Amino acid sequence: MSDIIRRDPRAEWIARNRLHPLHAAMQPHQLSWMGPNGVLRKNVHGVGFIGPNGIKRIDRSGVQQGGSSKRAASTQEQRVLHQVPAPAFYIGVVPDMVGGRLSSHDRDLLGLARQLAGSDGAVLAVVFGESKETAFATAGVDRLLLLDSEGYAPEQQVLELRAVDNQFAPRHWLLPDSRSGGAELGRRFAASLGERPATRVWQVKDGACVGRAGAGLQDVAQPLPRLILAAAECAEPVSETRHEALEVQLSTAIASCLPRIEDLGAVAVDPAAIPMAEAEFILSGGNGIKDWGLFHKAAVALGATEGASRVAVDDGFMARERQVGASGVWVTARVYVAVGISGAIQHLQGIGACDKVVAINLDPGCDMIKRADLSVIGDGTAVLEALIVAVDNWRNASSGGAGLLANQATRSA
Amino acid sequence: MSIATVALVSIGAHPASGRARRAEQDARAVELGLELAGDNLHVLHAGNPHEPALRAYLGMGLDELHVLEQPDGADVVPVLRDYIREAGVQLVLTGSQAETGEGSGMLPYLLAEQLGWPLLVGVAQIESIHSGVAQVLQALPRGQRRRLQVRLPFVITVDNAAPKARQSAYGPATRGLINADVVEVTVDELSTTGVLQPAKPRPKRLKVIKAKSAADRMKAATAKAAGGSGQVLKGVSAEEGAQAILKLLIEEGVVR
Repeated sequence: MSDIIRRDPRAEWIARNRLHPLHAAMQPHQLSWMGPNGVLRKNVHGVGFIGPNGIKRIDRSGVQQGGSSKRAASTQEQRVLHQVPAPAFYIGVVPDMVGGRLSSHDRDLLGLARQLAGSDGAVLAVVFGESKETAFATAGVDRLLLLDSEGYAPEQQVLELRAVDNQFAPRHWLLPDSRSGGAELGRRFAASLGERPATRVWQVKDGACVGRAGAGLQDVAQPLPRLILAAAECAEPVSETRHEALEVQLSTAIASCLPRIEDLGAVAVDPAAIPMAEAEFILSGGNGIKDWGLFHKAAVALGATEGASRVAVDDGFMARERQVGASGVWVTARVYVAVGISGAIQHLQGIGACDKVVAINLDPGCDMIKRADLSVIGDGTAVLEALIVAVDNWRNASSGGAGLLANQATRSA
Repeated sequence: MSIATVALVSIGAHPASGRARRAEQDARAVELGLELAGDNLHVLHAGNPHEPALRAYLGMGLDELHVLEQPDGADVVPVLRDYIREAGVQLVLTGSQAETGEGSGMLPYLLAEQLGWPLLVGVAQIESIHSGVAQVLQALPRGQRRRLQVRLPFVITVDNAAPKARQSAYGPATRGLINADVVEVTVDELSTTGVLQPAKPRPKRLKVIKAKSAADRMKAATAKAAGGSGQVLKGVSAEEGAQAILKLLIEEGVVR
């Protein structure tokens, strides 16, 4: 961006218009204040504005208000806060929270809930288990209810949802019709309540909803029921307002049921057998890899599915079906580790849906580093070797720790 | 020890032509039942016994198939519940959702709720059943599996992660018997409230850029990789870098 200062007539207009929702954000910084020793301090740099020719102008008539300080290239637009102090009704939403975060399906669902809530209602999000999400407010959550949950316990979750239902009596319940848990929980909840849900709903309009029926050859249109299992992209996510996301509590203790289904934990799956398009964790190698044997060893040690960039595939180090990118596979991994990949635009398109990207590269200026959430500048070989050692140490420590705990438990018993 | 197993089957529709066929997921449920119970598998359908597509299930190697005769639009849950209660069944296998009608996938949930049995969803494999306790592998998204333990009796739904159904042979299909029972009819309420219509293709979601100024729009149109937000570790040793990466992997729960 050039350093030419441009006036923003709209911002100045907002700064003058006291009724505008963004008025407060456009006010100039404080010009004078009382210092700790009783001396009046002034910020002389904040006075005045830069005129169209780049010359500083000070308007002492009292008319000029906003636009005094030099604006950054991109100003973070502040969203309007939507408050519901006394909700007339609730719309209950149970997001999937895959990996403890709101997925795009969850955000669509919250957008739909926001539409149904209007200005009087509040969106109540019921979140099971530990949550790492920090953006509930911008996703459209007015009230947030965090409930403990450990492992796979759908029957207990249905009991807790029934307690929530008794206390808040939401006008509608919205759940994602997804394989990550929402479809199952929603149907269990519906069977427990004895209500007929609308499933695979993709459109809600004027008190009616349309959902896919059968094998997808038909749609079923029906009046909007209380329980809705919505498909992905059922509505636009909230983008213009932010919300309070106030935490609420359940007033009654939840009766715990004896679980009839016992969760024995995840089973180790051969990561190479998982189709790359749906693998959760991918270790991908590119032109920067010199020792491919070490790369395969690292993938085994981490339990990651292997991927490759086009160069690695063209050079014959990896099979063609392992290629990530525009002409290969578009991956949806939650964590994508790119070793020695500088990030051609075709490759970056292929990893567009990935959640967390880790880059290991020698070149600090490459595009992959700009995309990555964590990047390590260094030699891929050395970092991979260190990573294998670190994972082994961590595994030994955690299994040793578990053994120690078991020993203590037997001793105390 | 053989366990009284019943597989619930429905009539499917071919995804392209809409022609009646055996339902894909129900056929997988029958396959799972044949592996588990062999010839003792009991296959049950509620609906029209004269439907030719039903014979495709007989072609999988079954001697007979029981049909609870009902007209279209009748509620199948009460009759199935009564039949299963009276037959002394311990294990019910079914597909996840029907290919015709509403296909809400609610049937196994309602059945399990009314029978008071536990329900396992999306089962890929039944590993073992010993002294009334079953160990079952459940398919999760992204190719993952979870092991569950449950006591008999219970209900299982299978989806596309279960083993593929065997081919249906013509000879056994024509030789097999279809036993029809006439049962009480309860009308399903959806036939009065919901309207089935041909599926509309869903509009593709457009990327909407909500920029207020021309400069922002230009930036959004020409933006390359979004940068600046990530953490960059420069000038650190390989060990420190590896530790930082491992910390992120553990936080995300992908390294176990």
